[in-house]
Amino acid sequence: MANTYTLIEAKTLASAVASVTFSSIPQTYTDIKCVFSVRTDRSSFGSYCFVSFNGSSSNFSARFIGGDGSSAASGTQSQLAGIETDANATANTFNNTELYVPNYISTTNAKSYSVDSVSENNGSTAFDYLVAGLWNPATQAAITSLGITAEAGANFVSGSTFYLYGISNS
Amino acid sequence: MPTKLIINCETGEQTEVELTAEEIAQREKDAKAYEAEKKAKDDALAVQAKLKADVLKRLGLTEDEAKALLS
Repeated sequence: MANTYTLIEAKTLASAVASVTFSSIPQTYTDIKCVFSVRTDRSSFGSYCFVSFNGSSSNFSARFIGGDGSSAASGTQSQLAGIETDANATANTFNNTELYVPNYISTTNAKSYSVDSVSENNGSTAFDYLVAGLWNPATQAAITSLGITAEAGANFVSGSTFYLYGISNS
Repeated sequence: MPTKLIINCETGEQTEVELTAEEIAQREKDAKAYEAEKKAKDDALAVQAKLKADVLKRLGLTEDEAKALLS
């Protein structure tokens, strides 16, 4: 990892929560990156998890390409932040996701983000997704908070980890 | 009661708060919508698979034979 990476905050969950939000993000970096490894209590192998900026879930768009071990897929899914590992996957496996947001302090540009995400499972059903996303509110604003939310009705379980890095281009 | 965790990056303070009634209602609504969407996709796949099987049966071909013809 480049030496311009600075760990802003890290969290390992001790109990289940529906979402994790990093608030009051320092406005001193060029880009930010959220790295998370999660598992949920949802009865499935892998489901979507979602990103929000500044508490907003509006004005997002995202396109993904992915595979599940047997077939390829592509489509659109607003706020998509990757594929979480769910409760039916092999015990004690967690997903692996990197969500990158360049130029997050801009007050004039829409915020693009990219995601590289894999769910983990010692079996034939696992997912690998790449996402290109955009947050384009009517009034552009710097990102001061970033939230990751589990699929509807699910909770991130104990042991899930979340790291937020600040990245400077010099 | 489901909760959300908020981590303040300036102070390091971590606050776990219960979801509001509005947030819980939205979660339940989203969960139902997800299940409905998933069922619709699964149903569509099942219809497509049956259609494919019916065509192969009418033609008297196995799936592998059909693939060989189309390759």
